Amino acid sequence: MHAMREAMAAVRRAPLLTALSAAMVALALYVVGLFAVVTFNLHEALSRVEERVQVVAYMRDDARDAEIDLAREDLMEMEEVESIHHVSKDEALRVAREDLPEFEDLFAAMEVNPLPASLEIGLAPGFRTPDVTARIADRLSIYPFIEDVRYGEEWVDRLHLLQRIGALATTILGGAFAVVAALIIGTAIRIAIFARREEIHVMRLVGATNGFIRRPFLLEGALTGLMGGILASVLVFVSHALVSRAVFRLDWIPWEWVLLGIASGAFFGVLASAFAVRRYLREV
Amino acid sequence: MIKLTEVTKDYSRRGRALDGVSLHVRKGEFVFLTGHSGSGKSTTLRLIHMADRPTSGEVRVCGFSSELTSDREIWKLRRKVGCVFQDFRLLPGRTARENVEFALEVTGSSRTEILPRANRLLAQVGLSAKGGAFVEELSGGEQQRVAIARALVNDPPVLLADEPTGNLDERASRGILELFRELNASGMAILMATHDLEMIRAYPKIRTLELSEGRLVFDSAAAPAPAGRSGG
Ligand SMILES: Nc1ncnc2c1ncn2[C@@H]1O[C@H](COP(=O)(O)OP(=O)(O)OP(=O)(O)O)[C@@H](O)[C@H]1O
Ligand SMILES: [Mg+2]
Repeated sequence: MHAMREAMAAVRRAPLLTALSAAMVALALYVVGLFAVVTFNLHEALSRVEERVQVVAYMRDDARDAEIDLAREDLMEMEEVESIHHVSKDEALRVAREDLPEFEDLFAAMEVNPLPASLEIGLAPGFRTPDVTARIADRLSIYPFIEDVRYGEEWVDRLHLLQRIGALATTILGGAFAVVAALIIGTAIRIAIFARREEIHVMRLVGATNGFIRRPFLLEGALTGLMGGILASVLVFVSHALVSRAVFRLDWIPWEWVLLGIASGAFFGVLASAFAVRRYLREV
Repeated sequence: MIKLTEVTKDYSRRGRALDGVSLHVRKGEFVFLTGHSGSGKSTTLRLIHMADRPTSGEVRVCGFSSELTSDREIWKLRRKVGCVFQDFRLLPGRTARENVEFALEVTGSSRTEILPRANRLLAQVGLSAKGGAFVEELSGGEQQRVAIARALVNDPPVLLADEPTGNLDERASRGILELFRELNASGMAILMATHDLEMIRAYPKIRTLELSEGRLVFDSAAAPAPAGRSGG
């Protein structure tokens, strides 16, 4: 009760400083939040890609059925292989026409089907990794009737790399903003302590506990962090909506993450002010 | 109740404030602590309520030892030792009652208790009628009474007073002294620093300790009566 009243009084005494602190916390969490959105979407994309991790082996037009069947049997014995789908030249063309309706005229005008037949090799769960994909691809290229082998390795690697770069940038930027936020919160707490120095002196004199003396300042930090967290969530939400509408569709992060972000804002606020309180309470 | 054993206090560079002081104030005793300016009276009181620690020697107060009590435990000691000062140290911009209520609130009195207890404390120091007056509207003597009421919120067995009458005129000083005597009569030990020799002479029955340059040089309880008086 006392702590809450005192904390609110401190906010009212220095509203600008509180707003600035909250804004810095918000900025730090905003960077982290944006990264969370990107990561979440990358992760979703990765798992979607992984589900479809398959090796496609394009065959020469002169491949013989007996050769192909032999190779299929051979491949099916590998534990990494889940399925093998034989796509004929006709089927390949049909799929292409469905996928690319804007080129319908072109397809209709074609006299010979230029698309090769292929084997689509699906990998068993647990083996959908770049390593295994590369191994299977190597194995396939041994067969003489195989013209070319394609797999999504590059893509997967690039997504992984993007994720890592994003994490690094977030750590650096978010960390820098967090340090600035902690410094501003520290200043706000110091001012609050200074403004309350007579009360603090009396509290010590009559035997208020240290916890009681500290609590309003910690609460002030928590409130600041909480406001920062909420502000950051709103900003991330708005950014997400804008990008989704104007650039490309992005999934929204789980709401648990949002709550976690807000909570960590409050926690950060408490931590920063606890630090400041330890430091400055001795001075009065 | 209060026991100092060979207490020395050095302030860096500026030399020694207290030098091997040993003294003992018993339960319910009333003691004057006197001496010239700079003799170490305030330092002694600061060591007793542990606003400062001795450089060497030990201070023991109400079961708390300067050697064993950590900074985070000092609040427990403060609830046993009330303190008043020459400059009152009241919170400005608040009424007399609010000053007392503040002390009650921050030491954990329940909401419902605070107002009646504040009124009772104000009555005890003779300020019932002035509870609603702002600190700035009170005379020095009245402000010191508010400070005393505040020092009593924890019902402490010991009261320390550092020149409580230093800013007051003769009449107001007498009033404070009479209030102290009442509190002392109800069992509270009081250690009061003063350099007002008139006052000490006016209360010859009160034990007097004298400091000089950080040393205890006189204790009326131990010393023979001054020659002038015994001879007459
Ligand atoms: N915080 C401090 N830092 C340095 N020196 C101090 C400090 N407090 C007191 N002293 C020194 O210690 C000595 C004793 O000071 P103290 O305040 O105890 O004297 P006093 O008897 O209360 O004097 P007065 O009657 O003027 O109040 C003085 O020489 C003073 O300068
Ligand atoms: Mg003094």
